[in-house]
Amino acid sequence: MRKRRSSAAPPLEEIAGNGLLHRRALLSGGIVLAGAMASGAAATQAAAEPLKDPPWSLQPGDVTPVLQTPSRFEKNVVRILSNPKGEPRTQHARAPLQYLDGTITPNPLHFTILHSGIPDIDPAAHRFVIHGMVREPLEYTVEALLRYPLVTRKHFVECGGNSAGMFSNAPLQATVQQLHGLVSCAEWTGIPLSTILDEAGTDPKATWMIAEGADSLLVNRSVPLQKGYEDAMIALYQNGERLMPGNGYPMRLLLPGFEGNMNTKFLRRILITDQPAMTFYETRNYSPLLPDGKAYRFYFIDEVKSFITKPSFGMNLKEPGYYEISGIAYSGTGTITKVLVSADGGKSWGEAAVEGPAAPKAFTRFRMPWRWDGQPAIITSRAWDDSGAVQPLRADFVAKRGETEEPVKSPYGFPNQHYNSLTCWGVDAKGQIKHVYV
Amino acid sequence: MLLAALLALVYSPPAARAAANTPGLGKPISPSDLKAWDITVLPDGTGLPPGSGTAAQGAKLFDDKCALCHGQGAKGGIANMLIGNPSLTAHGIASNKTIANFWGQSTTLFDYIRRAMPWPAPRILSDDDVYALCAYLLAGNKLIPEDEPMNAQTLPKVKMPNRDNFIIKFPDRI
Ligand code: HEC
Repeated sequence: MRKRRSSAAPPLEEIAGNGLLHRRALLSGGIVLAGAMASGAAATQAAAEPLKDPPWSLQPGDVTPVLQTPSRFEKNVVRILSNPKGEPRTQHARAPLQYLDGTITPNPLHFTILHSGIPDIDPAAHRFVIHGMVREPLEYTVEALLRYPLVTRKHFVECGGNSAGMFSNAPLQATVQQLHGLVSCAEWTGIPLSTILDEAGTDPKATWMIAEGADSLLVNRSVPLQKGYEDAMIALYQNGERLMPGNGYPMRLLLPGFEGNMNTKFLRRILITDQPAMTFYETRNYSPLLPDGKAYRFYFIDEVKSFITKPSFGMNLKEPGYYEISGIAYSGTGTITKVLVSADGGKSWGEAAVEGPAAPKAFTRFRMPWRWDGQPAIITSRAWDDSGAVQPLRADFVAKRGETEEPVKSPYGFPNQHYNSLTCWGVDAKGQIKHVYV
Repeated sequence: MLLAALLALVYSPPAARAAANTPGLGKPISPSDLKAWDITVLPDGTGLPPGSGTAAQGAKLFDDKCALCHGQGAKGGIANMLIGNPSLTAHGIASNKTIANFWGQSTTLFDYIRRAMPWPAPRILSDDDVYALCAYLLAGNKLIPEDEPMNAQTLPKVKMPNRDNFIIKFPDRI
């Protein structure tokens, strides 16, 4: 087998332990393909069968629908719901990130969290007001806001509680979707918030803005006013179409890099103040406990993070040979500059190809060619951003933030918030993938 | 008219000049028109309305409108306990955060109950009702005497035991 492959293609340069290949292999696709085909053929030894026309090629197809939905063969590519009957508690819908590629989460699959269901908002009757420490309190209709000069930017939004199962003291056996599905990335189009702040004329002594939604709980969060002037947006469109109802239709606050709950959906009011409101959601839910019983407050930022989406838990490797390791990296403090991948549990690392140009505070796709030799391997990734931030190793993260005393049983609970350390997938000799800690 | 407009252009403060370059499609709104939505309560008590309520009044309201989810005596049910003081380290970093052991500000209670509760039918409570429920929950947690009424003066003065146990994570972003 080994001989045949090396005679079919030049040997690929290994850059780290357990078969990680130089990312150059991705650029010169032909070489990789030759290698992969040779090893694939060697593994199966099956000759190709004569081709014939399948049934769908022998008759005209279906009628075109007004709104496209994915092929029926992609039925499993849906969100996982934490509260499908709408009981009186929060509803989470986790995105199937392990089945997606690229950097954009399609709108029907974008993660959502609703604390009291999705309000059915008539955009013609929706009002937005800005008041408090301003020269002039103003009220806007959605129709008026749609006339403003718009900007488009790609940004991830991540729940502060995403990856909470990773706080478990024993690795939860769960998919990428179950562990990390409360993050998504979209192209948002809207009005820079600074335009509206200027129109209302904020008082120079003002330091905070309290954003509030039109949902039944009127979910409210305090946001530093400097973020409002920096890169905040009133988003009206998501990936080219108007916002999904679960993502805040008809308008939401977008605070690039800040935890999801602060990105107020169904935005109806901004109160300008000189102090934070200390709302329930910021002082209770999103103030994570530390091991000594103290807690972080105003943990605004979702810090630099990455995880491998493919291959991952639930996808088993059928045979030794060539695979592409691929995943997403993102950071609330900047632009991803580097992702390292390991196939030997962090003993040696190779630099992954980062698809560019990487955008700030957005998903960045990384890829690493890998030749799995059929031996046990542990694959993992680690990301860096242009602010100098680096994804912490688990031992360092746990030393600071702690882990649970008992193993977490459900991936849908929230033992704590703001996990951004590594995720490791252990591949055994049969190609089965488990979630492991190293 | 024209003169006034010209003068406004010349003498306008910086914010107003910036606004002149934007569409300016917002309509001025008066405080009275804003009133129904102007419900944010700040930690110094700004925004607290007139009114008052006691723990005894609150107990009745709670049985009627809240116990279904938060349990008899607010000890917890399908929604979190509102009276109870478990240790903040009982389950390490996954310990239950309650009003007694975690909340930093008493004003949050008024703000949240008025805007959000009871969960199935928010904003059916009068301001007196909300003060009474605050008194009931604070007295039940032994944070105020049983007979101390809660109102715009007394509520912000209630010191929450955990108030000083928070670390600002990103001070340079504020
Ligand atoms: C139908 C169930 C239901 C009823 C009835 C209800 N609540 Fe709640 N309550 C909830 C849920 C669910 C939450 C959590 C909301 C969230 O996290 O978004 C909550 C949260 C709260 C909190 C914050 C609790 C914490 O975790 O610290 C308070 C305080 C509260 N409710 C007070 C009340 C009061 C007072 C009433 C009665 C007027 C009431 N609730 C009635 C379901 C209910």
